[in-house]
Amino acid sequence: MAVTAPPRPTDPPASAPRGLGTGPRPPGRVTDHVFRWIALASGLLVLAILGLIAYTTTKNAWPWFREEGLGIFADNWDPAKGQYGAGAMIYGTFLVGFIALVLSVPVSVGIALFVNEVSPRRMRKPIIYTVDLLAAIPSVVYGLWALAVLTQPLANIYQSISDATSGIPIIKDLTAEPSKSGLSYMTAGIIVAIMITPIVTSLTREVFATTPQPLKEAAYGMGATRWEMIRGSVFTHSRGGVVSAVMIGLGRAIGETIAVALLVGSSQHISAHLFGPGDTLASIIANQFGEAVGIQRAALIGMGVVLLVLTIAVGALARGIVTRYDKRSGAVA
Amino acid sequence: MTAVASPLTPLPKSGVRKAKNVLATILISVTFLIAVIPLVFLVVYVVQQGSKVISWSFLNDDLPFVDRLPGGGMGPAVVGTLLITGAASLMAIPLGILGGIYLNEYGGKNPLARFIRFLSEVMTGVPSIVMGLFIYTLIVLNTKEKNGFAGSLALACLMLPIVIRTTDQMLSLVPRELREGSFALGSRKVRTIRTVVLPNAAAGIVSGALLAVARAAGETAPLLFVIGTTRETNTNLFHGPNTALSVQIFTNATSPFIVQQDRAWGAALTLILIVFITTMAARLVTAFFARRQAA
Repeated sequence: MAVTAPPRPTDPPASAPRGLGTGPRPPGRVTDHVFRWIALASGLLVLAILGLIAYTTTKNAWPWFREEGLGIFADNWDPAKGQYGAGAMIYGTFLVGFIALVLSVPVSVGIALFVNEVSPRRMRKPIIYTVDLLAAIPSVVYGLWALAVLTQPLANIYQSISDATSGIPIIKDLTAEPSKSGLSYMTAGIIVAIMITPIVTSLTREVFATTPQPLKEAAYGMGATRWEMIRGSVFTHSRGGVVSAVMIGLGRAIGETIAVALLVGSSQHISAHLFGPGDTLASIIANQFGEAVGIQRAALIGMGVVLLVLTIAVGALARGIVTRYDKRSGAVA
Repeated sequence: MTAVASPLTPLPKSGVRKAKNVLATILISVTFLIAVIPLVFLVVYVVQQGSKVISWSFLNDDLPFVDRLPGGGMGPAVVGTLLITGAASLMAIPLGILGGIYLNEYGGKNPLARFIRFLSEVMTGVPSIVMGLFIYTLIVLNTKEKNGFAGSLALACLMLPIVIRTTDQMLSLVPRELREGSFALGSRKVRTIRTVVLPNAAAGIVSGALLAVARAAGETAPLLFVIGTTRETNTNLFHGPNTALSVQIFTNATSPFIVQQDRAWGAALTLILIVFITTMAARLVTAFFARRQAA
């Protein structure tokens, strides 16, 4: 991830120096040109595929956009009644993403600091590899595991939290009506949090690692403890980078499909109950696309388009933050 | 930072500040445990449940004709996962390496290369379910057929930007002097890339490509609507429906029948083994080349 791209060496000269003398040119001129074009074509493939993604999905979703207009944002999903508003799913997507971030970011920042500042140097690689293994486990295996092992204990915990907070205003709205099966926004959020921790960790770690050594030594030189050094030097230096790492984590979280499809409970209504069932854009596509026909299928493809737009917007935001932050720290340095 | 009494005298290390430091250090160390606990629990549980089911015949036999009956295996899904991921790799890795070569060796910092780099980043972020919808609308709706190759295309789309970006990054680490040396000896660009640049970046590229393969092998969402489903092994990617381990886990996970859940665990263990072995291979490649370069 290009939060801190390593400096790119300048390019080699565009063409190899020609040999002296006027003899026949060495072979390979044609190969050179052909290869250059093949390589360029492969690069442009990315552009072509992205264009095709936008075109074919939008085209097939068009009946939904045309039929519903702004109604696509309504909270009224009910294919049986011919209502296809995706409001509840957009809400659920962000709610699950938000829960995942709240749980994952503190842990990720902690691990990043642990690797960079606390752990012995030779332990760093093993720690990083271990955390990265979390990313290697397939989404569907997380879903299966959570379904078998986590949902029941979580349902009990939700019930007791709900009972304990039933007298507190506002909070009681969030904790009311916990689902008996344990399938809920919260359960999905917890699993997504585990899944995005490796990427957020590695991004924040890269950002923290760019803190200039003199800045750290200055803090120590003034007698700061390690924690004071981290707060004063590392955090202050990395604020922008961490925010953009969080945004990239959010981008991953909202696209997470299969584990969420198994755990979110598939209820298409906007609800403040964190412990109750809901649905997200990605998960409803996974759960309903198989049986969907006609306008419902168009609606599900359309939700894919909405999801794509959301991830690109979140990614662009992350990028914007990095650029601004790069300019600022560039000016200081 | 707290107020400094005089710029020349260090802050006194008071008890409160020391205590805060110790507390913070403990909290920071605990976060690592918080991340490792689910990993350990998950792996142990999958191995426990999966090893009860997994056997040579489980890996080879066809799926049972009736879901709730015991017996049968995951043979078609194992074959499907290997073939679909393999075909995806055959498409995405060469194209991705070529794209990465363009970016670093030809494009450098020119606007087109920057643009492609930006698009690769965008494409890495495209959710895998959207790739599934994309291949469904582009291929399945037009050919009116679900087959393994459609799944390969979806996975290849996921892998391509990862391979491009890894290659681009790894090539940028090759010292410029090596290229210049090659040019000075009269090599043309292609020869320089083939004999000097690529061998120097090979370890990084291979390990990046293997990580992309591992990620693709575990994907469910892109395959869900494009490969169909089958109970018998189908080795023909271009004709007839296929199946994969991930898809089988997804459909069996919510089943009320114990035998089906057992099959899901067996499939999960098989899939995790495939993914972990590929990931380990990536690490080994890196370590092996690093040692050879040091020697």
